[in-house]
This record gives sequence, C-alpha cells and structure tokens, in this order.
Amino acid sequence: MRVPMSWLRDYVDLPSTESPRDVAARLIRAGLEVETVDHAGADVEGPLVVGRVVAFTEQTHKNGKTIRWCQVDVGPDENDEGKPRGIVCGARNFAEGDLVVVSLPGAVLPGGFTITARKTYGHVSDGMICSARELGLGDDHTGIIVLRPGEAEVGDDAASLLHLRDDVLDIAVTPDRGYAMSIRGAAREVATAYGVPFRDPAAVDVSFDTGGYPVRIEDAERCPVFAARSVTGFDAHARTPRWMQRRIQLAGMRPLSLAVDITNYVMLELGEPIHGYDRTLLSGPIVVRRANAGEKLTTLDDTVRDLDPDDLLITDDSGPIGLAGVMGGATTELGPSTTEIVIEAANFEATGVARTARRHKLPTEGAKRWERGVDPALPAVAAQRVADLMAELGGATVEPGGTLVGAAPEPPRISMDAGLPARVVGVDYPHDEVARLLAATGSRVTPNEGGRLVITPPSWRPDLTDPYDLVEEVARLHGYDAVPSVLPVAPAGRGITFEQRLRRRVERAVAEAGYVEAPSYPFIGVAELDALGLPEDDARRQLVRLANPLSDEQPYLRSTLLPGLLATLRRNVGRGFADVALFESGLVFRPGPRPLPAAPRLPVDRRPTDEQIAALEAALPAQPRRIAVAACGNWEPPGWWGDAQPVSWADAVAAARLVADEAGAALTVVRDDHAPWHPGRCAALYIGSTLVGHAGELHPRVVSALGLPRRTVAMELELNRLGASADPVEAQPVTTYPIATQDVALIVPSSVPAADVEAALRDGAGELLESIRLFDVYEGEQVGEGQRSLAYALRFRAPDRTLTVEETTDARDAAVAEAARRTGAVLRG
Amino acid sequence: MSAPNKQYDPVEVTPLHPDEVARMKDEALAAIKAATDLDQLKAARLAHAGDRSPLTLANREIGALPPQARKEAGQRVGGARKEITAAIAERQAELEAERDARVLIEESVDVTLPYDRRPRGARHPLSTIQERVADVFTAMGWEVAEGPELEAEWLNFDALNIGPDHPARTMQDTFFVESETSGRVLRTHTSPVQARTMLDRKPPIYVICPGRTFRTDELDATHTPVFSQVEGLAVDEGLSMAHLKGTLDHFAQAMFGEGLSTRLRPSYFPFTEPSAEMDLQCFVCRGASVGNPDAPCRTCSSEGWIEWGGCGMVNPRVLIACGVDPERYTGFAFGMGLERTLMFRHGIADMRDMVEGDVRFARQFGMEI
Repeated sequence: MRVPMSWLRDYVDLPSTESPRDVAARLIRAGLEVETVDHAGADVEGPLVVGRVVAFTEQTHKNGKTIRWCQVDVGPDENDEGKPRGIVCGARNFAEGDLVVVSLPGAVLPGGFTITARKTYGHVSDGMICSARELGLGDDHTGIIVLRPGEAEVGDDAASLLHLRDDVLDIAVTPDRGYAMSIRGAAREVATAYGVPFRDPAAVDVSFDTGGYPVRIEDAERCPVFAARSVTGFDAHARTPRWMQRRIQLAGMRPLSLAVDITNYVMLELGEPIHGYDRTLLSGPIVVRRANAGEKLTTLDDTVRDLDPDDLLITDDSGPIGLAGVMGGATTELGPSTTEIVIEAANFEATGVARTARRHKLPTEGAKRWERGVDPALPAVAAQRVADLMAELGGATVEPGGTLVGAAPEPPRISMDAGLPARVVGVDYPHDEVARLLAATGSRVTPNEGGRLVITPPSWRPDLTDPYDLVEEVARLHGYDAVPSVLPVAPAGRGITFEQRLRRRVERAVAEAGYVEAPSYPFIGVAELDALGLPEDDARRQLVRLANPLSDEQPYLRSTLLPGLLATLRRNVGRGFADVALFESGLVFRPGPRPLPAAPRLPVDRRPTDEQIAALEAALPAQPRRIAVAACGNWEPPGWWGDAQPVSWADAVAAARLVADEAGAALTVVRDDHAPWHPGRCAALYIGSTLVGHAGELHPRVVSALGLPRRTVAMELELNRLGASADPVEAQPVTTYPIATQDVALIVPSSVPAADVEAALRDGAGELLESIRLFDVYEGEQVGEGQRSLAYALRFRAPDRTLTVEETTDARDAAVAEAARRTGAVLRG
Repeated sequence: MSAPNKQYDPVEVTPLHPDEVARMKDEALAAIKAATDLDQLKAARLAHAGDRSPLTLANREIGALPPQARKEAGQRVGGARKEITAAIAERQAELEAERDARVLIEESVDVTLPYDRRPRGARHPLSTIQERVADVFTAMGWEVAEGPELEAEWLNFDALNIGPDHPARTMQDTFFVESETSGRVLRTHTSPVQARTMLDRKPPIYVICPGRTFRTDELDATHTPVFSQVEGLAVDEGLSMAHLKGTLDHFAQAMFGEGLSTRLRPSYFPFTEPSAEMDLQCFVCRGASVGNPDAPCRTCSSEGWIEWGGCGMVNPRVLIACGVDPERYTGFAFGMGLERTLMFRHGIADMRDMVEGDVRFARQFGMEI
C-alpha cells in the first residue's frame, strides 16, 4: 500500500515537524512495515511555470522529424525582455492559445536532466514544454501536458498546480492487517502511534431507504452484504481533478476516467473495493451467485474466462457480469458516454475471492484487499461516498433510494484475562494500560469481574478473534522495544545424539581425506538414470514425482545421490579442475514399488490420535540418509616427490572403509556387477549380511554418457544401514610379549578374491594371530596362467608368554592349510 | 705370547728403556693427533695400539725382566699405553662429531619445496553453520531435532495454523508431490519438525531444527528453490517474549560477537502470535554508519540493523493441534535462513556460489565455521 503523506494528513493532525522518515519509523514500530519512503517530485527543481503557446510554426527537418517552433508566453517575470520565449517542441497535441507547462533554463527534471537554452533544429530553444513522463507524473509521453482552459494563469508555478511534490510511504501489508490496505487504516495507526485525534473518512451520513437497484444474494456466506447506489446525469466528459489524479497515481494506480477514478479513489481511501455498472447496460436485478459449470465471462481486460463452480459471480438477466471482488465484466463496463451508474459496494468472504483470483491469475487491487479481509461495515458508506463524489465532481444526481442487502456479521466478544499480555510478553502492563491500548485499536473494552476484560473488536479488524491476537495488539502498541531480554534456563540436555555425532564425524573424516562437500539439488530426471545405465527394474527407478517441478526435465526427487554429485563433478571439471574429489551427504527418496496412500488431512482443533499420526507417517516415502563420493583425475598430483597417483577404484572403496570405520562397523567388500559401476571394478559393501552400498570405478559407458573424465570413481552408501553402535568399546589388554613374524606367499587362481584368502588365513591361524597384511600381489610367468601370488605378513603374539618357534610355525601351517582347503591356495616355492 | 722367562736376561731389553718408551709414546700421540678422519685414526690405532704395535710388543718383554725391574718397566709401558688409549678416544670423539656435522649438512634439503601431494577437502559452510548453531544451543541444554524433507501437508501447513486457502499453499510457492491431492509436499520450512517434536514428547521442549527446505523460486543471485533454515522452539511453563528476546540476543552474540543485540518489530506469521521480525544489530559497524555518509557500511547498508529472521510466541492454535495444553504452557519459536545468514556473515554476493558446488567456494571455509 502506497500512502501519500498529504492524504494521510487529511485525517491526522501530525505535528508539522515530523518528517516522513519519522512517521515511517513510528509505523514500523507499530508493525506496519514501511519498506521505502519515496520523495515524489523532489527530483524536479527550478523554474517550472505555466505558459501559453502564442504561436508556432511547423517545420520538417532533414531527419524526417517534424517539430514545432513555438512562441510561449511564460508571464512577465520570465518572458524574454517582454517577448514570449522561443521553444522547440517535438509534440503536436496542442493548439495555439493552449496552456502548457514549461521548464525554463536552470530547471532540473527527473534523472538529473538540466534544462538550458540550447541550439536545436536551427533555433535556440529557450526552455522545454513538458510531458507528464518528463515530470515524473506517470508514463504518459504521447504528448505534452495541455492544461484545461482557465485552470491556471500564465506565469503560475506549475509544480504546485500539478501537485508534483509529495512523500509516499510504501507499506508492505501483512495478511492479517487488511485494514491497512487503505489510507483510513494507515491514518488510524499513525494517529494511535502519535496519540493524536483521527478523523474517520468513513464517518459519512448514510441514508439507505428502499427503492435502490434490485439486488438478490444467493450465497450469503460468500457475500454477506451488498450495497447499491445509483446516480444519474453524470457528466461523461467531466475530468478528474488534478489532486485526485495525482493521489491515485502516487498510490500506484493509473488515473483513467472520472467515474473509474472516483471508485478507485474511494477504494484507496476506505479500503473497500467498488465496482460501477453502466445502468443502461444492466438487464434485470443484480444476483450474486456461484457460477454454473460451463459458464463463461468476458472480463474488463477482454479475456474470456471459463468459470469454475467455486467462482462467485455478479449476474443479471443476461448472465455473468462480473467476477465478484476480482474483476468486472466487459458488457456493463463504465464507458466514455456513461451517464447512469449503479455503484456496487459489497462484502465478500476473503478465501473465496482469493481462490478465484488465483484460479484466474488476477491479483487485482480489489482481490488483494478482499484476501486480507475488508471492513464489512463499509459497503453503504463507500457507496454513498462514491455517489457524493460523482455528484460533486461529475454533476450527477444521487438517486434518493439505496439498496442494502444483508448485514455485517456480529463481531466476536473475546474474554481475556487482563494479566495475559503481561504473562505472554514478559512486560508488566498495568490492567488499565491494557484496556487503554485495546481501546486504541477501535475495540470496545468492558471490564468484567475476576480481572477479565470483554473485548469487542471493531468491524475492520476481522483478524482479532483470540486472546493472543489481543496480546499482540497490546505488545505492539506499547512497543516491542519494551520487551526485556531474559535467557531461559532449559533442563540439562544430552547434547547432540549419537546419530548426529556420527554424521558429523563421517562428513569431517571424508573431508579430511580430500573430498570437498558439494550439496546438490534433489531434482532428477529419467534421462539421468538412463545415463547411469540403471536396468528397467532397478529399485532406484521407483521415484517420487513432483506435481509442479521447476523443470520438466527434472520432475522427480532423487533416489540416489549420484546424478547430482556427478553433475557437480562435471561442472568443476568444466571450470578447469582436472583433479576433483567431491562428496555429498543427504536424503534420498525411496517410495518403494507400490503407490503410497494419500496423507490424510487431520483435524487441528485437538491432537490427532496416534493412529492418525501413524497414517501420516505411512504416507511418506522412506527418506534414508546417504553419503556419496565421486572423484576423477589424480589422487596425488605429480611433483618433485615422484609420479602422479591417479584416482582409482580403490580410493572409492577406501572412502567406504573410512565411513565404516567412523561408525565402528566392520566393512566386508564383495565383488559385484551393479550400475553405474564398471562390471569388473565394482565392490558391493556389506556390514555383516546387510548391503549398505557400492563403490568402484564407473562404467565406461556411464562416464561417456555423462561427459566425465575417464576412470571416474564413485561410492555411495546408506548411513542408516551401517548399524553403528553407541556401545562403548571393550578394550583388549596390550601385551608386551615379543612378536613373531611369518611371511607366506600363496599361489591361488586369479578368480579367487583376496578377501576370501585373507579370511581363510585368519580363521586358520587362530587366536595367536595379531594381524595380517597383504604386502605383495604378483601375476606373471613364474606363477602360471590364471594364477596369482599373494604374499602375506602374519604377526603372531600371545597375551601370556613368548611364543616358541614351533607354536608360530604350527599356526602359520594351519593358516595355509585352511587357505588351501577353501581356496585351493598353494604355498609358493 | 712369550713363555715366562725363568732365565733372567741380564741385559735390559732396549724397547723397555725409558727413552725408547717415551719415543714410542710420542710417535703414537703425534700420529693420533695427525689423523684427520676416522680411517686415519683407525690406522694410527692399529699402528700404535694394536696387537703388533711397538708398545704392545714392548709390553710382552716385561716378563723377561728381573723381578726387581718389572714393576718400574710395567708402570712405564702401562702409563704410555693408557695415555695413547685416552688420546685415541678423545680424537675419535672429535672426528665423529666432525663427521656427524658434515653428514647433517650434506643431508640438508630445501624445506620450502611445496607439498600439495594430498590436498585436504572441505566441508560446505551450509553444513558447518548448522553444526555451529547446534553447538550454541546444545551448550544451553537444547537438543537438535530433525525430520523428513518430503513432508505431510498437514504437518507443513494445517498443524501450523496455515489454513487450506492460505496463499503459501499454492503451486506458485510450494512443491507438491503428484498428485496434488497426495497430501505430500516438500517442506517449505523446518517448522513441521517443531510440530513433530510437540506431537512426540511432553514439555519442557527446547529444540533447534536445522535443515533443508524448498520453495518454487528459480535460482538467481538472491533466490534458490532449495535452501536451508534453522528454527528454534521452546515450550515450557511461564515462557514469555522476554525469553525469546534473551535467547535471540544470546544466539546473536554467539554467532556474531559479544555485546550485540537484536531488535523485534511487529509482524505476522500464522503460527505465532504475537509475531515479530527480528533484526540483528550490525556486527560490522554496530550502528556507527547510520547517518554517517563518510563511513558507509556495506553489511547493513548503513541501516545499523540487518534483517535476520522471524519469531514469536507459538500460536495457541498450534499448541492445541500438537497436543500441548495452552492453558498450562506457552512457547516461543524463531527461524532464519542460513543462506542469507552466510551471505551477510561472510560477504557472499551471489547465492549461486552456495549452490553450484564449485570446490573453490567450500575450500575457503575449511572444516568449521
């Protein structure tokens, strides 16, 4: 809502010393968010006078442009030694003898445009004849401003004539303060903030006898009140006074014709949207009803609207003539020759108008007000005010009768403990101060026994329904800055949970290991899953689809972190980074194979039952947390220390081990063939018998489909499945008896996984084995085709004695024997 | 070794003559002193103190002397040998020290060589700021609550007093899951976590809820459809706006510096009543730039305050829907956007830097924030 200060001062006796910024600060303090203070017209300086075009000659120049060389009388003070000034003008919408607005040399116009006497089109132009746009008076630049005959005298100051200078408060009105969508509402807040009297523009004498235009309401819930007033003999050629045009324009609307300007002016003033009908175009009574299926309406903007049965309509015998509260219809529009007018001022229910405005994408000035709630006591007053202005400015006769159907709903009576504001806000308001502040909102406040107050809010405050609403009124009018700062003492807490700590640890460890965290959007498309080579029946193709995605290419929620992470990897490579290692930790969405039931809409007047809450939960897909890494290029760059160490499948598996280590879980790696990984370089990751994820090098087809560097690797696992235990570690005693080391080299078929050989050695070696480590892998002629040699260092130690050579050898032999039994391993040479 | 000489040699053996012993000793000491490295010293030791050295050989002759002469000759030779041994040890220590010093010099390297062999990674500041906030509040006894990102519409809206016709519930603002009647949305704020917490446990409740949220804005320099929030909720007996203000002041100081305060301005949210916008005192200029064109402040645009978030007392309607008795308990809640917080805290000019995952962005922040 844009509020011109001059308009505000019509209703509030503000101290003249108060600047617009001061007023803005008071309003902000009271909860009206003044976003900006515009100093309208302040960018026009210097001599701006009324002139008369005495004579002109029209001249066409080489560039094809026709100009007028004008002799302009700007009054004895400004004329050129008693003679009119010569001014070049590009516009042609004026005649000799017309009054125009002239900016003289020395004047500065908006945009810092300084007027000087300058040579142009072969003349010295000694000033400029101004258009509305050049003066910052809107966007009209079709011609210069031509004043009405007799409107001013030659030499008058044009700035005041045009009401150029004003200050405008731009207020962002919150949804609960519909009343502030009017000068009336803003003025009331200013008056309260300054503790000065408020003159209510709605305090108009209204006499609504019977005999007005017939109106019938068929949906009283959506339209509780409808007032109609008629005028006749309206002068269709009367023009809107400059002050009214300027206020409408400063308030952010466009002045149109007098009849329309008056309805808009009263809407801005009172907050009541008003519609005018050309009475000669109406047929039969006005009926307010819902639309029937299939009905259509051509609105004022010449758009044919398909109506919804939820749309509330204004109709007559011809059918729909307006979308109630949103926009009028074209057939009964006020036109340039309208002289008979029916003025509609109704009250419409907020949410219904909001739905219609949204449905038809018509966020009109009227709809914006209805959505926030309009004072239901206004219709008769507003209709009267419009009629009075039409009489005053348009020479119309107000018909004696008026129609008033329905009645404003009774405001609620709210009983409130007078001590409630103090308890909720933490400021010790005396009870009489509470009553005084509530009365300042326009409420009727009646003390009741037991320290209670009964409050009847004013008709313009439909937002005040609960005691807490009144608490806010008390708090804001007293001032939020009175609220003291008291730190509450919470009960001793347990800190972050085990799972939260684990997540921190994991993410930190992965970052320390060299990966940079890169959270990505969770939106994906099927094409990305195709690029990953996922089979048709892959569980990751069971997706949640958005009804209104930002992009039709990515209408789904991610079932895996990889598409986003790999896209980020590619972006980094594209920005010149060859060696990139990234990770993301985030939720994935796994709806499962069957459609989920709809989530119920539960009541809000009580706690839902546990069964109802369970039904909500059952309607949500699983959203497990995953962590994924992706890397390409070199893990270690080449340098003075030696060659580069390229990223390999093993780094991806190592990242999984790191995560498992942080969770205190023993990771088992099993060879797998799982998209999007390379079928020969893919590890399935298990904790016990639970599959937690995969790691390895990406399939070359995937790498090529996604435009990634060769040998890009990735790992993804589900943190929730790690089965991390919060139980304390049970410490093993540290023995100081000496170590006994035995190395064995085993020849095994190449198809046997090293993990199996190691497991066999471990099991066979028994309790004396302290550690085992694979230190060499050899494939070549010496071990034969299809075989490889795995060399292990076995370290034995007993907790209670020094091991003998025999004991160590026996343990080693047992280890080798078990490996031989399980894997066909043969001790090498 | 010669056999004991029973038949005493009447003639004194020349090598045992005092002059001869002195000469041999002097020769030995000179050779030891002349040794310039450990090899030369070793040669000198073998020559003058070894098994075949003159003094060792002379020592063997002592037994051949008459008993009355043995003592004196023994003392003479023994003294000389002891002196030589000591000289060798001393010289040995000297030469070893010289050698060690030389080796250390030879082994010296250019320690200014760069070593970016295993570059460290980094956390994203949107993650680390959530942890930082959690730490501030857990230090006061609060707990960290979380919830799903795909949420029931009832929890995201209805339970929070956002009615079915509220403008936020349109496809212009909220991501709905297909179909629109599924009752599922991508949560538009972290407030459903507050509702879940109240449904889940009994007061007193003091929780902080960080997380990802979603609204249908296109990505540009100041908007992103996927963003992060942190919200706080306290429900207890006797809580008032004063406690809200105290909590916000503490939070502001923990995140931005000692002595800072917050300012509340009346506002409107469906889930709080009274509601307020919360401004943070500018942590850079602390208000000094207001009305002072000579020292403008970029962080607060010389306003002295920075809009930080929204807050208020939990609307009793929300308490009722979540099973909390509003006659007995009051609550306060607050929330702020983390992207915006990072932008003004760290002077980040473009939202896209936080979204695109460029490694240069996260690396600036390291592991904590």
